[in-house]
Amino acid sequence: MTSRDIVRVASAQGFWGDSLDAPRRQVDGGTVDYLMLDYLAEVTMSILQKQKERDPKMGYARDFVGAVESVLPAVAERGVRIIANAGGVNPAACGAAVRDVLDKHDAGAVKIGIVTGDDLLPRLDELLDAGHELRNMDTGESLFAVRERVLSANAYLGSGPIVEALAGDARIVITGRSTDTALTMAPLRFEFGWRDGDWDLLAAGIIAGHIIECGAQCSGGNCLYDWREIPNLADVGYPIVEGRADGTFVVTKHPNTGGRVSVQSVAEQLLYEMGDPRSYITPDVTADFTTIQLEGAGENRVRVHGIKGRPATDKLKVSIAYRSGFKAVGTLVYAWPDALEKAQLADRVLRQRLERLGLKFDRILTEFVGANATHGPLSPAAGDLPEVQLRVGVRSGDRAMVERFTREIAPLVLNGPPSVTGFAGGRPKVEEIVAYWPALIDKNVIQPRVEVA
Amino acid sequence: MRVRLVDIAHARSGDKGDTANVGVLALKPEWYPLLARELTRERVAAHFKRMIDGDVERFEVPNLHGLNFLLHGALDGGGTMSLKTDAQGKVYSTALLRLELDVPDAEAKRLGLPGAA
Repeated sequence: MTSRDIVRVASAQGFWGDSLDAPRRQVDGGTVDYLMLDYLAEVTMSILQKQKERDPKMGYARDFVGAVESVLPAVAERGVRIIANAGGVNPAACGAAVRDVLDKHDAGAVKIGIVTGDDLLPRLDELLDAGHELRNMDTGESLFAVRERVLSANAYLGSGPIVEALAGDARIVITGRSTDTALTMAPLRFEFGWRDGDWDLLAAGIIAGHIIECGAQCSGGNCLYDWREIPNLADVGYPIVEGRADGTFVVTKHPNTGGRVSVQSVAEQLLYEMGDPRSYITPDVTADFTTIQLEGAGENRVRVHGIKGRPATDKLKVSIAYRSGFKAVGTLVYAWPDALEKAQLADRVLRQRLERLGLKFDRILTEFVGANATHGPLSPAAGDLPEVQLRVGVRSGDRAMVERFTREIAPLVLNGPPSVTGFAGGRPKVEEIVAYWPALIDKNVIQPRVEVA
Repeated sequence: MRVRLVDIAHARSGDKGDTANVGVLALKPEWYPLLARELTRERVAAHFKRMIDGDVERFEVPNLHGLNFLLHGALDGGGTMSLKTDAQGKVYSTALLRLELDVPDAEAKRLGLPGAA
């Protein structure tokens, strides 16, 4: 347990593809104890699995290696620790790549902790045979329906194995599929000695994690409240949780950074991707979002307290990805006058041609960007718009059908309605659809493993 | 008087599979009871009737002066399946804010709603 009153956990990556400078800016901008980097969205694991199939040394978030290098002096000299779910489907390979970087910079003494045990792909048939049906949480279907097309299957692990790695003096902890929130809760739990059964404290750590797991989305990014007045987004500060042993915490950001941490920016993030706010279920605890109290505590500081939790369930969520056909989206831009009418005519012409070609799709979707793409039938009647983008997407199990569709967009420029442009990007790309299958599994069949070296 | 939700609330939305969630928050704490009373499940379901295939669920989050709505069947299959521009439901938030409420003039005045005389 720590002698520190306050433990600072800094968010430095909200998804794979987030700002490359964020980790370095978080360690340069002021005091932090932990850097938390979240790389894994729902379908990221399947992309990584495909990469690993091509090259057994791949299958992790490669950006992470550069992130570690960019903050290495802080890790080696100031004792800042890093926790990331960058391991994807190959935490060992990720660890080896980070080890190379440490050696290159004479930081060989820095210990790396690797958390595994989330990857169920090698055990999938064994689990199904043993009666774990991994039914789809949304549709109730058994996984047997798509078994042959499964690309990846990972259980969401909680804070336990990360805490164990920290206790083993790991300075960099790399996990596969951990919950995003555990990456923040684990260091608070480790430092303050929170135990199983400390439901309110564990719930507070999870909610701290929920607030900062999407990076700047709680510190001024994507904030609708008073958005015009949010200062200097170009230099937006990523969020920092200042945690205390009693489970209260402050959300803030470094001084002299842009963006804004306010009760409203934090409240917006709290409801992001929320289901039943009374039951936010994690492997560690069930957190009750209706108990959260927010109060302003100075400029860019929001104090969070009052949080209650209940015991976790005896299940873990499993994220499964499977191949589910192909899709492509084509776009063209039509100009004034009568831009919308021209785009509508082009859509009719295109559909007649697809039909004449005998192409069958599971789905064709047309949107008129500028008129109705985001708000659909709620959009007000458009006047004579300066331009409209026709956007047509198709989906099919038959790649050849989707391929043929992509050849029918460009011809419309010369043989369809007039005043059309915006086709410079070339033919639409055919994409394989990797679909998401959420399921539950009994906790007791999952054994997380921790190695620190 | 007629009050636009966008003038009394802010919102954020996200996705879980084929479900979009919209969290809507009163711009001022004292406007929350009005939101909680007027923004019923039925009201929101009717608003999105032609945009979603499934049901609407509603949850109250009074401590944040907000409500959370789950819009099922909102994302054309969701995530990677979806052909929609808004495949992840990021702007269902502002689609909800298009809703307009009828508020008695006296109440609108008492609450200091924008546009109340």
